[in-house]
Amino acid sequence: MPVQFEVNGKPVEVEVEPRLTLADCLRHELRLTGTHVGCEHGVCGACTVIVDGAAVRSCLMLAVQAEGAKIVTIEGLNSADGELTPLQASFRRHHALQCGFCTPGFLTTAHALLSEEPDADEERVREVLSGNLCRCTGYIPIIEAVLDARAAYRKPGPR
Amino acid sequence: MGARNVLVGSPVERLEDLRLLRGRGTFVDDLARENVLHAAVLRSPVAHGRLRAIDTKAALALPGVHAVITAADLGARVPNIPLRLIPLPEMLPFEQPVIAASKVRYVGEPVAVVLADSAALAEDALEVVRLDIEPLPAVTDRVAAAADKVLLFEEHGTNRAVTFTVRQGDAAAAFKEAPYVRRERFSVHRHTAVTLEPRGVLTEWDRAQGHLTIWGAAKVPFFNRQILARLMVLPESAISMIENDVGGGFGNRGEFYPEDFLIPFAARHVGRPVKWTEDRREHLIAANHARETDIEIEIACRKDGTILALRGHAYADMGAYVRTNGAVGPRNSAQFLAGPYHVPHLDIDVKLLVTNKTPVGTYRGPGRFEADFFRERLVDMAARDLGIDPVELRRRNFVAESEMPYAVAAVTPSGAETEFDSGDYRITLDRCLQEIGWSDKQRLQGKFVDGRYHGIAIGCFIEGGAAGPKETARLVLEPDGRIAVLVGSAGVGQGLETAFAQIAADALELPLERIAGVRHGSTTLLPEGYGSYHSRAVVMGGSAVLAAASAFKTALRDAAASRLGCDAAAVELVDGEARAGGRSVTLAALAEDGIAADGSFTNHHHTYAYGTHAAHVAVDPRTGHVALVDYAAVEDVGRIINPMMMRGQQIGAIVQGLGGTLLEHLVYDAEGQLLSGTLADYLLPTAGDFPSIRAVTLEEKPSPINPLGAKGAGEGGIVPVGGVIANAVAAALSSLGVEPRALPLSPPRLWRLIKEAQGRTARTA
Repeated sequence: MPVQFEVNGKPVEVEVEPRLTLADCLRHELRLTGTHVGCEHGVCGACTVIVDGAAVRSCLMLAVQAEGAKIVTIEGLNSADGELTPLQASFRRHHALQCGFCTPGFLTTAHALLSEEPDADEERVREVLSGNLCRCTGYIPIIEAVLDARAAYRKPGPR
Repeated sequence: MGARNVLVGSPVERLEDLRLLRGRGTFVDDLARENVLHAAVLRSPVAHGRLRAIDTKAALALPGVHAVITAADLGARVPNIPLRLIPLPEMLPFEQPVIAASKVRYVGEPVAVVLADSAALAEDALEVVRLDIEPLPAVTDRVAAAADKVLLFEEHGTNRAVTFTVRQGDAAAAFKEAPYVRRERFSVHRHTAVTLEPRGVLTEWDRAQGHLTIWGAAKVPFFNRQILARLMVLPESAISMIENDVGGGFGNRGEFYPEDFLIPFAARHVGRPVKWTEDRREHLIAANHARETDIEIEIACRKDGTILALRGHAYADMGAYVRTNGAVGPRNSAQFLAGPYHVPHLDIDVKLLVTNKTPVGTYRGPGRFEADFFRERLVDMAARDLGIDPVELRRRNFVAESEMPYAVAAVTPSGAETEFDSGDYRITLDRCLQEIGWSDKQRLQGKFVDGRYHGIAIGCFIEGGAAGPKETARLVLEPDGRIAVLVGSAGVGQGLETAFAQIAADALELPLERIAGVRHGSTTLLPEGYGSYHSRAVVMGGSAVLAAASAFKTALRDAAASRLGCDAAAVELVDGEARAGGRSVTLAALAEDGIAADGSFTNHHHTYAYGTHAAHVAVDPRTGHVALVDYAAVEDVGRIINPMMMRGQQIGAIVQGLGGTLLEHLVYDAEGQLLSGTLADYLLPTAGDFPSIRAVTLEEKPSPINPLGAKGAGEGGIVPVGGVIANAVAAALSSLGVEPRALPLSPPRLWRLIKEAQGRTARTA
């Protein structure tokens, strides 16, 4: 059946089987392979994308459920000027990734969190990121990276 | 060429991050191929049985299904997967066939492969393949295996694959005369690596050229090409193994599994590209398990704590088959049971037994994690019995720096001989005590504070690395004057590209930007390569890069000399130019001459990094939960290439070890069904679990066996964790007399130990 939604600011229309997950639709129909599939049962968080502003496991959502939604994937977090974004640069500076397989899910989850709560404290960051699994880093550098990236998400206040 | 040795030792930000952070990594499942068919593997639902018939008619009748491959399609003889490491003749009867033919021996064993237009259709078809399996009693533990009443391989007559033995001195006499002896039983449970990226294979068979291309190779692509060539009866030159981004290795990923034959075979069978990506449940029942070992261990000491002898009788549960590197863990647990201590008399054996469970292979620190748990627990118990400070007992028994190189007792039948290359084990011990604040924390030892018992403990370890025999590298001058680095080592996500770029740039005295990229792993890059295991990539590959860089500079000088009309000895390489007598030529100009140079490093010795970890835990007796209050790790790795990546290896390994100690458990029922087959049941650590870990890495004692002075350093972090945590829990619960003897220390298991201890106390009172 046909489904229409927006991915990274561009409208798309795809013909999908009703059982196709959003993750598989993004990866294999739209060839946005930056979103990774690690468990297909909603535990690992590698497939996290941002749907209408909320971090969502795209393996637990069907593509047809995305009708009319605005979706942002890891590819949509890249800056237009080709430089790393502050969040990406912070991950690099803190060595918050090794194999990089879980990284798209951490970036989308952290981006969704900091966009809403740029002042999230360490406990809050740990709580939110505890829904994503990483097998390489032991998480400590990821927490450091996300805390360090908060400043870039704070809106300039009145002087 | 100007920039002198500034990169090695610096926290250089990683090159691979630039693609991985942008979602531009290329993992095997990201690849697409025209005309591809998708494979799904039908796996045995029973642990042990005779495979009488497979009815594929209904599956083949489904729309979109193109083929169902079973053992019958493989011809008269279904080949076995050969052993990669420690290929002893005793273990040959226990090799795994590439697909089950007459028997199934574990839940998850491949029985058939369906090829269809989509992965979903292939999975649909799995449900209508009818298996006729006559169930047999399942052998699910090593006791049942050793009884040899039910045999996995009837024709072989026993479930015992082999016994590894270590003998040194006269342990029997030492135990007879020793003033202090203690005997214990310990066990480490089945758990495993669980890489975040599931395994996958994409294959294309070019019928016209007779050439097979495999994407998704990892760890040891050249070796796996040898195996595949043999199994498919093709020359090695007819196979290209391509390594893409790899989502974690840890010993598990990249060994030759049944699917590494079945998918290429399927592609040739149907003449179309075939892709297979496992799901998580498949991963948990099909990829190697690890660690399941138990031991009866005995220590003999003088009254002053000098260790005289160790005796150990251990059993390793191998699962249903001996896989490519399955014997490494048990072999290591025998060879490294004494760890960093000088123990004059040893009498150790480890029996390898097959059971109806998923076969085992290596997992980071194979055998060493187990051995450290056994030994460090026993050392703490001995220290308490003897009234000696556990720190002092360890210090007293260390192999001394003056004894280096120190020969480790050999293991038979593998004949593996090795020696510790360098080290002063007191350095990391003292530094670790300082980092954790050992003396300050002693006031909390065993104390009950705000509902939790506190305990502090240490554990010491050695980490082996740098397996031989060889590694190769090539440097190529690109047309833009930059230099590409090609290497036989394999990337598993550890940061190989950055480490080798640092080494190459320093050797060439060029800034990092002049390195055009590091390409690794694939069999298309170099004539030979040896891959990444046993923490060998930096030492072996890095030393090969050094050799190639030296040859490359000679080639540059020679080419420049003929351009500049001077003697090669007169050519100076400065700032990316070749200069002589006031004239110069750029590297870009020299590239027209097609300059490349090869280098290799051959080595039959191992490196031994060493260290000490300390943990402070707080145990809640109401729940059995162990909170990690503080953790300090100190390791001397000889030479650090990139301190940021080094810290990443340490902390990552420690958290994996904490998972294996406190959370992760591959649980089987009496029928041989895996009960923890999802990530909701098999609990990996999360970001909230272990926030307080500090890792310190030292460069005190470089390795004398390689030009970098580096030691393998990717695995040490995991090795002592089980022992350290169990010792800290024992220290915390000493007033109750709780002695953890079996891992994991998951809340329900520890809670039961506490309840039993409280029951004992109540009865005596």
